[in-house]
Formats: sequence, C-alpha cells, structure tokens
Amino acid sequence: MAHRVAVVGVGQTVRYRTKINASLAGLVREAALEALADAECTWSDIDALILGKAPDMFEGVVMPEIYLAEALGGVGKPVLRVHTAGSVGGSTAIVAATHVASGLFKRVLTVTFEKQSESNAHWALSPSLPFRAHFNSGAGGMFAPILREYIHRNRCPADVGCMVALKDRKHALRNPRAHLQIKDISLQMVKDSPMLWEPIRFLETCPSSDGACALVLCSEDLAERSVRPPAWVHGMAMRSEPGFYPWREEVYPHATRECAKDLYQQAGIQNPRKDFDVAEVYVPFSWFEPLWLENLGFADRGQGWKLTETGATSLDQGGDIPWNCSGGVLSSNPIGASGMIRFAEAALQVRGMAGAHQVDGARKALGHAYGAHNQFFAMWVVAADKP
Amino acid sequence: MDIDLEPVAVFEAPIYLRYHATSARAITPFLHALRRGILLGHRSPATGKVLFPPLGSCPESGQPTSEEVVLADTGTIISFTTVHLAIPGSKLKPPFTVANIMLDGADQFFSHLVSGCALEDVAIGMRVRAKWRPASEWGYSLENIEYFVPTGEPTVDIPTLKAERLRLAQERRHA
Amino acid sequence: MRDVAIMGYAQSPQVREARGLNEVEMLMPVLQAALADAHMTLADIDFVCSGSCDYIAGGAFSFVGALDAVGATPCMQESHVEMDAAWALYESWLKIQSGHIRTALIYGFAKASNGSLPDILSQQLDPYYLAPLWPDSISLAALQANLLLQTGRYAQRDFAEVVVDSRRHALANPNAQLKGEVTVEALLAEPMLAPPLRKHDCCPISDGASAMVIAAGEVAQSLADRPVYIRGIDHRMEVHQLGQRDLTTSVSTRQAADRAGVGEDKIELAELYAPFSPQTLILQESLGLRPDVVVNPSGGPLAGHIFMCAGLDRFGEAARRIRAGTADRAVAHATSGPCLQHNMVAVLEGK
Repeated sequence: MAHRVAVVGVGQTVRYRTKINASLAGLVREAALEALADAECTWSDIDALILGKAPDMFEGVVMPEIYLAEALGGVGKPVLRVHTAGSVGGSTAIVAATHVASGLFKRVLTVTFEKQSESNAHWALSPSLPFRAHFNSGAGGMFAPILREYIHRNRCPADVGCMVALKDRKHALRNPRAHLQIKDISLQMVKDSPMLWEPIRFLETCPSSDGACALVLCSEDLAERSVRPPAWVHGMAMRSEPGFYPWREEVYPHATRECAKDLYQQAGIQNPRKDFDVAEVYVPFSWFEPLWLENLGFADRGQGWKLTETGATSLDQGGDIPWNCSGGVLSSNPIGASGMIRFAEAALQVRGMAGAHQVDGARKALGHAYGAHNQFFAMWVVAADKP
Repeated sequence: MDIDLEPVAVFEAPIYLRYHATSARAITPFLHALRRGILLGHRSPATGKVLFPPLGSCPESGQPTSEEVVLADTGTIISFTTVHLAIPGSKLKPPFTVANIMLDGADQFFSHLVSGCALEDVAIGMRVRAKWRPASEWGYSLENIEYFVPTGEPTVDIPTLKAERLRLAQERRHA
Repeated sequence: MRDVAIMGYAQSPQVREARGLNEVEMLMPVLQAALADAHMTLADIDFVCSGSCDYIAGGAFSFVGALDAVGATPCMQESHVEMDAAWALYESWLKIQSGHIRTALIYGFAKASNGSLPDILSQQLDPYYLAPLWPDSISLAALQANLLLQTGRYAQRDFAEVVVDSRRHALANPNAQLKGEVTVEALLAEPMLAPPLRKHDCCPISDGASAMVIAAGEVAQSLADRPVYIRGIDHRMEVHQLGQRDLTTSVSTRQAADRAGVGEDKIELAELYAPFSPQTLILQESLGLRPDVVVNPSGGPLAGHIFMCAGLDRFGEAARRIRAGTADRAVAHATSGPCLQHNMVAVLEGK
C-alpha cells in the first residue's frame, strides 16, 4: 500500500517572462530555494532530486541534470530526469511523489523548468521528418484542427474561446508571477487580436516563457510537523496513447478519460464539479477549456462550452468551479514547468496560500497536465485534509 | 587595477551538429512510389486498417506492417486550420490552409495544403483531389503534391465514413 | 521493501549502423521478445517506461514516435526518462514499491550512428564554461585515464587486459559487435586515439534497442522457475565540475553499492557499464570486487554499446546468467554523464 505524500513547499520563478536574466542554474535555484524555504528545510534535508523538462533543444544542454547536479544540491543523492513532452511538469511531480509513496524516501525536491528563449523554440517544436510534408506550423497549427472539430461537433458559438482567454487573462492580473499581464484586457480586445491558426487568435494563445517551478514533497510524519499547512496527495494518475492511429478520437481521447477515471477512483471523486473547489488545468489555447471540462467530467459531452459561458469557471465572476485562477498556461508557459505549475497552484489553493487568486475556503483541487498530440496525461488531486 | 567591467549578460554559443539518417524499411518503398506519383499505404495485419504514410508499424498493436495498398489521390477533409502566421524560413505565404486529409481507401489521415478555393469555403467533410506538381519536378517527398483542391462532390458525414471504414476493416480481419 | 524480479530481457544485435531500420522497426521485435521471454503479453503489463535521448535522434520529442512499437491502445500508464533505460527501470521499480503497479515493461533505444556521439556528449557539460570548448567524451575519458596512470596503481597493460577479457567473453555473446581472441601486445601496438586511450579502449558505436520486463515478487513466483530478484538498487550523483572530484575513484559507485548491499554476501559476477577500459578498473575498485569476480561476461560495453540501453543491458546480461544458473548473485552497474559522474548499482540474486 502506498505511503501518504504531502506537498509542504512550493517555489516558482518570481515573474515568468522571456529572456530571464539568470543562468540555467540561477533560474532553477530561485524556484528551488523558495520551495525549500516554504518547507522550512535545507538542501541537506532532501533525500532525492527529481528534475523534469521538455526537449533539451530548447536550451541546447543535453541531459541537464548532469550540469545542474551541484546547483540543486544533487551531489550524493539519487537524481532522475523525466521527459514526457508537455505533460512533463505533471508527470515529474508524480514520479517525485512516487519516491515518497514507495516508503524509501522521506523528503524529495522536484524541479521543472524551461528557458526556451535560449534557442529557437519554434524550430525545436518542429522536427523535420522525412515522410511528412513540412509545414512548420508549430503547436498552434497542430491543435487548431482538433479545436475546430470540437466546435463543429458541438455547434458552439464562435466566441467561447475568447471568453476563456478573457477569463484567464483577468485571473493573471491577480497573480504577480504571470508572464502576460494585460491590464486593460477586454473581450473586444481578444476578438480584435489577429487570427493565427483558425480558430485561435493571438490573445487566445499561450506565450513562450522562461521559468521554473519546484515542490518539496514529504512523508506523512514530516508533513504533520510542517509549519504551513500541507497539501495531501489524494490521487495521481498518468496515461498515454499513440498520437496518430486510424480513426483516433482526438477530441475525447481515451487516455484522458481513463486517466481521470483512475484518478477519481483513487481520490473518491464522484462529481468533479461539486467535489473540487478549484482546478488548474492545462489550457494553452482557449478552446481547450470547454474540451477539458467535458473530458474531465465537469460537464457532459457537448456541454463544456456552456459551463464556460455561464461564468462557472471564473473567479472574478464568482463561479462555483473556478479554473486557472493563476492565469493558467494562457498567461505563462515555460513548457517543461507548466504542468508542475498547475500541480503547484492546486496545492497552493488547498493550503490557503494562493494570495490574490485564492479561492476562499478551497479544500480540494485538481492539477492537470497534457502533452504532445493530446496523448500524454498526468493529473493529481490534492486536498487540505488527509486522504 | 581598477577596470570598469560591464556585466556579461549574454553570449552566443552556437551548436552545430550534423546528422545523417537512413530511410527505414517501410519508408523507402513509400518514397520511391511517391517519386513515381503513387501514394502507398500499408494494411495492418492486426487491425485490417490502412495506414498512411506507412511507417512500418501498426500503432494500435505494435505489429510490423508490410502489405502495400495503392491509394487514390482523392480524399476527405477530417479537419483543418487556416494559418495566418508567417513561418520563418518557409516559402508559404499566409494565409494558407493545412488540412488533415483521409485519402480514399485509407484509415489514417495526413496533413497537406488545401487551395484552389476561397479559404472560407473549406469545410470538414469536403471532398478533395491532389494537384500534383509537374512530373519532372517529382522527388522523394509528399511535396510532389502541390496542394489539394475541392472536387465539388457533396460534403461527407465523417461519423458515417468512419463507421463504414471500421466495418470494412473488421471484415478484412475476418476474411 | 517489496520483492521485484527481472522476468524477461531482449536486445537487438548490436551493429555499427542499423541501416534501413528506424527506431520503431528496431524496437518492435525486441519488445515482443522481452515479453515472450517473460511468458507475458502486453495485457499483463501495468506500466511502460522508456529511456532515450533527443540529441541522438537529432530531433525533439523523439521518444513519442517510439510508442508506436508498443501498441499502447486504447491507452497505457506510460512514462519516459531522457536517460539510459536503467533509470527507466529504476522509476518502474519505485512504482512497484509504491504499490501502484505490479508489472512493468522497460525499453531503451538509440541510433547513435546518425550523429557524432562523442561530440553530442560534450554538450552535456556546463553550457557556460565547458560546452563551448566542445570537449568530447573520449578526450575527457583520456584525461581521467591519464590521472589514473599517474596514481601508479595501473599501467597501460591493465587497460589492454580489460579489452582482452571483453573481446574473449564477447565470443559467447551472439549480439556482441566486437569479439575475438586478442593479445595485450597486439593491442598495445595499435596507434593512440586520444592518449593514453587507443580505439579499442573506447566502447564502439552501436545502433539497437533493449527491453526488459520486471514484476512484483508474487507475480514472479507464479511465472518463473528461477526469478532473478533485484535485492537492492540505488544511484548517486557526483559533482559535475571535473576538477572538483577525484576522477580516479568512483565515490558515487561506492555509495550506491553500500546502499544496494553489495558487501553483504558473495558476488560472483558483475556487469559494469564502463564505456572506457580504465573505468572498468576504477569501478571494480570502488565496488570492492574481489579478483575472482567475473567482470562483463557478456563482453560489456567495450564489445557493444547501445547508448541509452547499455545500462539496462548490464542488468539484462547479469539476469540472464543468474537465470541460467551460472551465478547466484551479481552486481549490475549503470553510469551517466562525463567520467562516471552518476552511477547506479544493483544486486541481483536468483533463488
């Protein structure tokens, strides 16, 4: 039986943005030091180091755990580096939590990061393969057809995506760490922004950010003694499927539904909309919100967009199930860290430490990450109470 | 010695690495066929479905594939997007439409350009045909097809097409 | 700690260049063979974990396409490390310890022939001070070898002896790339590559793939006659800056060996991931192996080296011999980073 795991430290880059003026070591240490301080411990209290990030071509450093060993107190410790594409921030948190759940490690530090301004991110995201015509349309070009299918099947009004963008960008104004802070953001501004890959407009798109996120995870006995409230892990799940196969269901992928099912079973979630107080969900392009609302069981098939329309997912509008109060991926996207930021923000919410974007009385939260062609999923449930 | 030193905030360290890749067992015949203007798929022995391009493996079963199927150069648009962003280093001038196209006889779509009509007329379920470049320009590439154009046939209902193709695949498996 | 056993293992032939085969084509038969060796099918597998490196493939997200070789539909629990598959094994082993899974399929792959591995590895180094100088992995290993010679504990003959043993052992390994009877004298007559290393002191470039199946004890007992248990496993990292550690000894190997319980009972054979012959000597010392321990009976990395698999292969080769009854207790070792910076040690035992 798995040992209980809790989050007792969270650290993030002070402000996600491009061309952060720090070395790679400096970038990750900033987040790690904050997490250690939050957990009231030092490097020598950490039993293992788990790193995660997306392709090394973003920074031009092959297998960076080797170079970062000293910077993150890894000398003399087991060090692992996870890479599961966009979901990596989430899967890294899960691998780290598994270290503690195994009973073999009492306190671990996990750090995810990306410094994609170091290289050409667009190039790194568009590997050239010999058997495909090379359109180099980037991540947006890859996802836009899936989002179009969602809209086509469910006959949604065209502006739901813009409403998501407005909501998340307004949320970002409450989070001083968020990369994009657009003070005078309005629905019209989103609608007027240039179309990039139909149906996705510029302001419905995530930025390319540098940043790092860190967590300190520990065993039950250590969590009970922690100074600040821990966030208890009630469940964690990962699922993958091939990105391309005949007649693959891309809008409602098997892997995401199975992952959620496994997770909800572990955590005793029966009605996500009611059981969760808040969720941090990986939405890099606006229309992913209604899509995930349905896939994650917050709304019935075909009804996700309506939930968004009612303002149910908006903290500013007093919605009953706020999503991405931190501003989400739409506001900050250091790819390797983004998944962990979702998991971290979920933890901050149930610890009551989310500052101006706190949902009052939040006690149970979902953290979600996905990667590549809607094919890799990592999710966890954290709560203020022990499981 | 009192020197006023500017902090070094940025330096460039370019990485140049050269790779050569040989074509794979399944890709080679596919590329040779393309050079002759032929679109080749593989039928999976495990599922009976036709994969395009043929990568030599059936992703559903992890089994190798080798049975060649010649495909028509007509197909149906499964989904698409119109790109308005200029891609650095690309010859394509925005806006241009990239579609996920299911060739007739195939069960796996691939991406290619759609043109020859108003961009706003492109639709899910639209029937399209390949417009090939002149044969003298053909190489080992899907870019031998310049783009796909609408055929003018009625729009196809994708769920119906999917059900029909899955039924056919099932029959093939039991044959 | 729960019992975990190695149930099956398979490796593709180690060849200089797998011409005309891509990664998926190399992987498919190896995955099938590993499952068959374990008397299992994919349906019995709870978790899949792989190890690979984008910079070997020459493109980002290179591990994603490899999933096609598994047949992971409708979906599977799956993860990936950008490290040797030995670390994918470790992640899977931990997951079994946590009780979340009972079985796992692990694989690694690389076509190092596509690029220049020693140069690629230079980009693992500190990107501000070291990588811009492009110190390739062979040159760094040569620096380490020179330091080792300076201690007076070994001479170049000793490096050659390691190679002689490797090539001779490899004669019995159908998958090995470099094999044969060679003499120390003949080896020492070869020209230097990066002094004091000659070409044969360096592992070859090999394309290929490897896979392994592990399972919790109760599953192992029901399926295998002689399960090969992982009695202990641990890994430790060292300082990155080469000038700040003693390159002539492997502190992290000793630390990992202690935690894995190497010293607790008699070791009969050891499979060591030493990509350079002098490193074999360093590791033998740091592990405290007695002279009668058979080192790298498979031929080891000097006889065949699939990058991203070579660590997992040490586990597989040791497990094979325990299952065959050649040994009861073995050490498996994996390494990562320049000059043995990061080391994993495990004790494998048959019952």
